[in-house]
Formats: sequence, structure tokens, C-alpha cells
Amino acid sequence: MQTPVANILIVDDEFSVRDSLASWFRQDGFHVETAESAQEALRKMQEGTFAVALLDIKMPGMDGLELQERIRAIDQTVAVIMITAFATVETAVQALKQGAFDYVTKPVDPDELSHLVGRALEKRRLETENARMRDTIDEISGSDAIIGDSPQMQKVMELVRTVAQTDATVMVLGESGTGKELIARAIHAYSPRRYMPIVPINCGALPESLLESELFGHEKGAFTGAQYRRKGKLEMAHGGTLFLDEIGTISLKTQVDLLRAIETKEFTRLGASRAVKVDFRVICATNEDLGDMVARGAFRQDLFYRLNVFSMVLPPLRERRTDIPLLARHFLKRFAMQMDKRVTDISPEAMAQLIAHDWPGNVRELANAIERAMVVGKPPAIRPDDLPFVSPRPQIASPSGGQSLADMEKAHIAQVLDRVNWNISHAAEMLDIDRTTLYARIRKFDLQRRGEGN
Amino acid sequence: MATLHLVPIHLSQALLQPLCARLERSLRIEVLVRRPGFDPEDTFDASRGQYNSRKLLAKLLDEPVGGGRVMGVAGVDLFVPVLTYVFGEAQLDGRAAVVSSYRLDNAIYGLPLDPKLLHERLVKEAVHEMGHTYGLVHCHTHKCVMRSSTYVEEIDLKDEGFCPDCRQWVDGRSG
Ligand SMILES: [Zn+2]
Ligand SMILES: [Zn+2]
Repeated sequence: MQTPVANILIVDDEFSVRDSLASWFRQDGFHVETAESAQEALRKMQEGTFAVALLDIKMPGMDGLELQERIRAIDQTVAVIMITAFATVETAVQALKQGAFDYVTKPVDPDELSHLVGRALEKRRLETENARMRDTIDEISGSDAIIGDSPQMQKVMELVRTVAQTDATVMVLGESGTGKELIARAIHAYSPRRYMPIVPINCGALPESLLESELFGHEKGAFTGAQYRRKGKLEMAHGGTLFLDEIGTISLKTQVDLLRAIETKEFTRLGASRAVKVDFRVICATNEDLGDMVARGAFRQDLFYRLNVFSMVLPPLRERRTDIPLLARHFLKRFAMQMDKRVTDISPEAMAQLIAHDWPGNVRELANAIERAMVVGKPPAIRPDDLPFVSPRPQIASPSGGQSLADMEKAHIAQVLDRVNWNISHAAEMLDIDRTTLYARIRKFDLQRRGEGN
Repeated sequence: MATLHLVPIHLSQALLQPLCARLERSLRIEVLVRRPGFDPEDTFDASRGQYNSRKLLAKLLDEPVGGGRVMGVAGVDLFVPVLTYVFGEAQLDGRAAVVSSYRLDNAIYGLPLDPKLLHERLVKEAVHEMGHTYGLVHCHTHKCVMRSSTYVEEIDLKDEGFCPDCRQWVDGRSG
């Protein structure tokens, strides 16, 4: 015996309409409630849950348009279908603008009505699923999920939703600290692969030999120290998503192996003789200019094209300053809770400083700055003096005096290194970049410890 | 044994007679044709040129048939308010049903006449509506006669009989 699939509410002041529609839907297995007035409809809405509501557009007392709004105020997920006579199609169009699912003109083909209700139920099912997905994203990304409300970030989230439905390789570009991994996780969480794992690997954090075995796994005895057989990240990502962070740091040799694995969806564990078949989606991220690296021969062009199927750029914080107050307050609340401190506000002057700052370390740097301000500051509010870039170091401006981004980055890194007495791990942590990247920056800017060299 | 009383409504004899035998076999029920005397004309809606199946059902329930079931078999077009037409209608878990051959006929679609096909369709729709009187709602089993059909080709896709689940339900209710 079939179970009723859903509840339907039919609202019409005419008995024959209620009666015949109710009978028709009941034969189809629905549970049907009817109401002859808007008041009765609203009462039934309070008492039960309905998937679909069919409303006569013109009724005495309250018209269908108003009733639709009241119904959706009670339960936003109800798919409202307006029933109209030919003369009121314009009102029906108005109803659509106000969020009705669709409308039908009396008399309606049974075939049309049946398909319409089917589509309404399907849409509702998808919406419920989407809501569940949003919860999942909040869950995976924790309280750091906040990424901002600016038009730029809204656009990014739109791209995330679009590309998530495809299986295309995605390249997430952006400066460090912009939240590239969070975006990769969001793409995965919206995608059909969401039930399988997303496996992240930070390519920049590992030396070449270790990266290979991390990616592809190894057999026992494959190399000195390989005492056990080990599954690689590619295998662990089977059915799911492989997230390759700092893709620009991998060696040319690993690039060849990775390209082959991505193209054939097949690879061989180190020391193994047989290939393993895997099915995974690749999302990668970098803060480097891969195009430039290709031109210089530091990155394989074929791999670049393979990875760069769909690319999206996360704007740095200084290009979306409208997000700064929102993010700052979010971190303030979070750290206040964690530290149990009564710093509950940011003074307007301090906020102005936060908004004006260029944030080379982006959102993570902002989080760190707020955290530090909460440690050194006193209740009730964060003041400019509590901010690391306002004080205590007066030499925030580049020693060389330049104002370009590179000058500022160099000065900032030098300052952080000085502050931690050139403890690389500590500095890398504060800058929220990994050691490899920090070493690269030190080389690039030719930074030297004071009192050394020269 | 339970009895099903058939009430012809502007229906040709050629369609009525074979229907009885097929219904007896499918529903395992005694089928009797009511003597003429049923007047459907007050259920006719002149503006639509169709018969109101809701009103027909109410009238059929007034037929003195004891505790048996009653089914109107119409050669004319049926409608319910709001819908442009219906192939038939039934009282869910009740005693009355009505079915129409009008839209089952290739003739109204401009297709070559096919009396055998028309007959098959009418049997299926009659069994289907009777299924509703046993309390069955639409079934999602591929060939089950209780599958919903909103256009005529869908009727051709299903069988004349119930799927095992629906069959079991009907046997339980009629036993
Ligand atoms: Zn039916
Ligand atoms: Zn069935």
C-alpha cells in the first residue's frame, strides 16, 4: 500500500472546487486539507505542515495575494500555486513576483496540474536539501566560516555554487590568508561528492620526496623508513575531492606524476607494481602567478592547463574593505568568548585604523590582530593603541620608504622576523604562511638578520 | 459474493457487454447491468458541454443497489470543476465510481479508429476507478492498473490488472 507523499492545502470559497480538487489529490495519495476562507487556511497552516498550497486568487475577505504572504510568513517552504480565472492572469503574475511557485488558469488540464504539483514537490525537496547543505558547510568550516558580505564575496559564493555542480578542476587564486581552503571546502560541500571526503594536502609544507609518498602512498620497503604500506592522499580522496594547496611549490618531477594521475585517474604507489584506479575531483590553490611560472619554465604548461579549467580569484581584504567591520566584530566576539574577556567593542578610531590598514596577511592577519588587541587591550573596547600595526613599532613604514605592495610586504615580514628574533617557525605562524613560503620570501626580498651579514 | 452494478450513461452496447466479463475476471466480483432508468441530464453543464462527474457520483449513490458497488459507465465527456476533463472518478474507499469512454477513443484525437484498443482502455480505467473504491490510491509500480494516467497513451502502458501489492489490498478488502 502506498503511503501519502505529502500534505496539500486547498483554499477556495467555492465548495465544488475544494471538493473536486480534494478528491482528485486524495486519489493520487496525497493527504488533503481544505479551507473555505483565508482565516480557516491560516488556522490550518498553524496546525499542520503543508508541502503545497493551492489558493484561489480571489476570495471574499482576504485575496489570494495577501493570503499567500501570510502563509509564507508562517512557513516559507510551502509551494504556493495560485488558481485564477482567465481575467485575473495579471494578478497571478503579481503573485509570481511575490514568490508563488506558479499559477493555473481554470479549468486546468489534469496533466498540467499533476506535473505542476510534481515540480513543486521536487523544488521543495531540493530546497530542503540545500538548507541541509548550508548546515553542513557551517559544520565543516566551524565558526571561521564567515567570509564577508561584500558584493565581491557574494559573487565568489555564486561561482562556488555554480562550479560545485560540475566535476571540473578548480583553481582557487588569492593571497595567503584570503580563505582559499574554506572556499575549496565549500565547493566540495555543495557538490555531488559531498558524502565522500575532501582530502587536503599542503604541497608547500613538504619536501619533494615526502610529498610524493603523501600523494601516491607507498608499499612497505619502498624507501628507507617505509616500514608499512601506506595509502596516499589520492587514494583517500577516492569518490571525493583532493585539495592541493600551494600547488605552485611542487617540483617538476612531481608535476609529471600528478599530471598523469589526474589525466588517467590511475597511479602507482611508490614501490608498487600495479596501478590503482581512483576517482577524485581536484581543487587546487595558489598565491603565485602560475602563468608567469609557466613562462619561466618553473611550472609545466600541460599541468597548468589541466588544473586551470575553472579559476576563481578571492579578492584580498584591502579590495573589499566593507567586509572589515563585519569580520572584525566576528573575531572580537569569538575571542571574547574564548578568552572570557569583557572587551565587547571596537572604538570608532580603532575601527577606522582597521579599515584603513592594507592587511597583506588578509583575513587571518585581521584575526591575529584582533586576538592580539584583546590580549593587550583593556575593557570595554579595542583602541588604536592595541593594534599591532599602530603600535608599538613606529617603523611600520618600509625601511626603504617604498609604498608598493612588495615594499610593504618586505617591511612587514622583516618586522615580524625581528619581533620573534628570527624564529622562522614562529614568524611563519604569525604571518600565517608556511616555512617554505617564508624562506622563499626571505630569499626574494634578500632579508637579513640585523647584526649579521652586511 | 459482492456485486457491482453497472449504470450505462449514453454508452453503446458494443462497449458495455464485453466490459462485464472482463470486470468479473479482474475484480472477482459479480457484475450486473442496471435496467435503464438512470437520468444523468441534470449533471450536464451546458456551458462546458460535459457531464459533472462529482454530481454523477452523488446520483449514482442514490441508486438502490443494497450494499453493492455502483459504477456509471459513460460514453460522454466528464469533468470536475477546475479540471478540463477526467477519464473517471471514484469515491475513495466508498461505493461509487464513474468512468468515461469518451476520451479513450482514438476518434477524438483524429487517429484511426481502433475498437479493440478503446475496449482495452475502458476496461483498465474501469478497474482503476474500482480500485479507488477499495481505498487504493495511485500506485508507482510500472504496469499496475492503479498507476495514474493523465493522458491516454499512459493508459496503454499499463496492464489491466493490479500489481501484487494492490491485488493483496483489494483481496483483503473484498474478502
Ligand atoms: Zn486514479
Ligand atoms: Zn499497484
